[in-house]
Amino acid sequence: MDAELSNRPVLQVQGLRVEFPTRRGVLTAVDDVSFEIMPGEVLGLVGESGAGKSLTGTAIFGLLEPPGRVASGTIVLGGDRIDNLPHDRMRRIRGKKIGAVFQDPLTSLNPLYTIGRQLIETITTHMDMTLAEARQHSIELLAEVGIPAPERRIDQYPHQFSGGMRQRVVIALALCTNPRLVVADEPTTALDVSIQAQIIRVLKRLCRDHKTAVLLITHDMGVIAETCDRVAVMYAGRIAEIGPVREVIKNAKHPYTHGLMGSIPNIGHDIDELTQIHGSMPRLTEIPPGCAFNPRCPHAFDRCFVERPDLAQEDKSQVACWLFDKETADA
Amino acid sequence: MTAIAQDLWGGIRRFLDGDIVYSFRQSKVAVIAALVTFIMISSAICAPLLSTHNPFDPTTYNLIDAEYPPFWMEDGDPRFILGTDNQGRDMLSAILYGSRVSMAVGFFSILFAMAVGIPIGLISGYVGGTLDAVLMRIADVQLSFPAILIALLIDGLARGILPGELREGLAIYVMIFAIGISHWVLFARTVRGSCMVEKNKEYVQAARIMGRHPFFIMLRHILPNIMGPVLVIATINFALAVLTEATLSFLGVGVPPTEPSLGTLIRIGNDFLFSGLWWITIFPGAVLVILTLSVNLLGDWLRDALNPKLR
Amino acid sequence: MIAFVLRRLFQALLVMLAVGMVAFALFRYVGDPIESMAAEDDTAEFRQELAERLGLDDPAIVQFGRYILNCLRGDLGISYRNKRPVAELIADRLPATLELVLCASIVALVIGIPLGVYTGLHRNTVTSEVLQAVSLFGISMPTFLTGIILILIFSVFLNVLPSFGRGEVVDLGWWTTGFLTVSGLKALILPSITLGLFQMTLLMRLVRTEMLEVLRTDYIKFARARGLTDRSINFGHALKNTLVPVITVAGMKLGSLIAFAIITETVFQWPGMGFLFIQAVHNVDIPVMGAYLMMIALIFVIINLIVDLLYYAVDPRLRIDRAVAGGYTS
Repeated sequence: MDAELSNRPVLQVQGLRVEFPTRRGVLTAVDDVSFEIMPGEVLGLVGESGAGKSLTGTAIFGLLEPPGRVASGTIVLGGDRIDNLPHDRMRRIRGKKIGAVFQDPLTSLNPLYTIGRQLIETITTHMDMTLAEARQHSIELLAEVGIPAPERRIDQYPHQFSGGMRQRVVIALALCTNPRLVVADEPTTALDVSIQAQIIRVLKRLCRDHKTAVLLITHDMGVIAETCDRVAVMYAGRIAEIGPVREVIKNAKHPYTHGLMGSIPNIGHDIDELTQIHGSMPRLTEIPPGCAFNPRCPHAFDRCFVERPDLAQEDKSQVACWLFDKETADA
Repeated sequence: MTAIAQDLWGGIRRFLDGDIVYSFRQSKVAVIAALVTFIMISSAICAPLLSTHNPFDPTTYNLIDAEYPPFWMEDGDPRFILGTDNQGRDMLSAILYGSRVSMAVGFFSILFAMAVGIPIGLISGYVGGTLDAVLMRIADVQLSFPAILIALLIDGLARGILPGELREGLAIYVMIFAIGISHWVLFARTVRGSCMVEKNKEYVQAARIMGRHPFFIMLRHILPNIMGPVLVIATINFALAVLTEATLSFLGVGVPPTEPSLGTLIRIGNDFLFSGLWWITIFPGAVLVILTLSVNLLGDWLRDALNPKLR
Repeated sequence: MIAFVLRRLFQALLVMLAVGMVAFALFRYVGDPIESMAAEDDTAEFRQELAERLGLDDPAIVQFGRYILNCLRGDLGISYRNKRPVAELIADRLPATLELVLCASIVALVIGIPLGVYTGLHRNTVTSEVLQAVSLFGISMPTFLTGIILILIFSVFLNVLPSFGRGEVVDLGWWTTGFLTVSGLKALILPSITLGLFQMTLLMRLVRTEMLEVLRTDYIKFARARGLTDRSINFGHALKNTLVPVITVAGMKLGSLIAFAIITETVFQWPGMGFLFIQAVHNVDIPVMGAYLMMIALIFVIINLIVDLLYYAVDPRLRIDRAVAGGYTS
């Protein structure tokens, strides 16, 4: 039973496409995105803002704001399709089977309720527990995420906590129903640098202890390198490269990934100059034909302007770039 | 002076450009409201051309024609489309002339409110500190009293101060002053808020570093960039000002009966309500409601169109 | 908490003092009090005596102090017109106005807030579009016209409800009430609707806007992501957060009902304070105008205090920055 479970992915996203009908035509914000997350695995989703990484996360929750919608593709959680569920069934999955960690801990907690009330409400909504049990469980969770004196702190309001402490509360809220998957959308971006590492450590430890898989959405390659097992690099709504984290960092293939890695200063290595990617990511209305990266790519050639590359296996990763295509190599 | 005017016009143009105009063409309600408003304003301006007689010149109407109902009713007369009042005045003509007075008072009182509110808001927002605190405290206190009450009070005061013979002649100016004073706060607060945002932007900082005089910066740099919100407030408040004027006139403290506005017409008609002469009240009332409704719709749309969060 | 209340009380006192100054300036410097009080044929000696009795020859600051002291003792001066103490006049009229305002605010709150919540939650349904359109009508309709139309329909055409006065009232000695007789209750219906309608639509639109605003916040999104029930999110998390600004504005609006009662009372010839005030404006009866102004200011100040306390009760963050509250007033 357990062996079988651990071999099946927790989450399978297949050909996901998110569209926004606007007055200038339909914008495709997420285009043909596919990936899997195995139990206990941490998958990083990295890219610039607007690359579609957060929308991918929102689509998994089924919380895209209209007029945004999932136009095609499937999302399968633990063997069940969840992208076409009716409102109330999806609600029961949210919070119970998928936990969420949001970006800004200062705004993700309701300011008018004590954190205890928010924890207990979440627990009793999804689990068969009495109020007293839920409270006990909440106190244990708060202790687990490293909040001192949880018996006392549980009855305090969010504004009485610091930013880092609030993010710990948010993590406790995400994990309070023991979900199989947590989607963490930029969990450290709004925090002080000194706090970021702590929060990442807490998240990592808890997910390991609870055997929870994590989809970690961020633009911070440092966080990815430190936390993830695998990483998917997104550019203009598509996955450019996906593979084991070491492979992607040490042996980047896609020119975009290359650029991203080149822009992290590395103290260990002695480089004089940081590589930088020229220009900026195109707006969704102005994605060029062919490979979306072609205007900024130092290696772009004829084919890149005509045909759009799909993901293909290359060493241990998959990459969507014509440089690694057989025909190109032959030519 | 012309340079400033050009800057202001540029600010308004930038604001009207692009998305706003597109969103306007998309919204049927906004287009219809704008059309109705335009028709009403232009027919008020052209009142002397459109009406059959000047209803406030006693030589042009006759008591014999009094109390005709609208022409589609049994005793109606095709000469008087909307009927006549108790003195034989054509209701349509009276309404045309009345809306002229109403709109003029509304327009000039908003202009006055802007003339007071915008400079105070600019200075308050730009200078900040104690001056800002004092000015906004005053604004707060005034804001806690309804505009109508303040306008009534000022009107009452004017009656006490002005000698009897001047009262009638100055009534309209008193009214413009009273309504204007009771509406300046909204402009001041809006301008102050926007000004505080703008003054921290690079272009203002740059102008400061270049050693421009604060008045020059406020007038040439900040003001043109905050014309958008000012226009919204002005639109919404124009409707409010017209309503305030109508209310004051209805209460009998507004414009004199020799030069009646829509509110005065409604008050006159109200005395005949129980005799069944409903048209003397209802038609001016309907015109008033349609006017304020259209302007409110426009203002509503403008606010939504300008609020990036709702797009 | 106590420091907060004390600070509020102090501010309230300042406002009252400022309004008192305006009222005093009105009385002293607008028109001539002697001219207004004395009859045509009174002698110069009598006028001099009157001036002394009123202390008009004292320095302005002394006069102002005396004025305030008199107000505190309940002596608001003598009406120029009726030659009766203003306090007495107001006491006569107060019950009528307060009963009317009470009924109108019930109309505004009980109908306005639920409608606002509904239209905020179901933004794109036909019902809310219709309600939204009707509410625009509501705020475009001047109060006096609402009253006239209601009179036309229910009194002139249908002849089912009275169009003026309070009906029969029961005198309780210190208070006259229309709540205890059938005709008194019937007389309340049209004026209450007239007075409440405008504020009702205003409240409805405000609650709707606030609701939309709150529904967009991160904590509501996070609550959804945790799979809380719609009921809990909409009526627990969202509504409670909407209440903070709504209380502030509702308080202010209830205050302005008292002022708007002027119009309703004129239309329905309701024997209240507003009617008294309008007559005072017509007759330039300065003591009555000043007293009315102070009455209104007092009521506003009291309402504001209550609002602040409610605010305190709802919002645990309260390190009182009124800047937040101030943003919602327009």
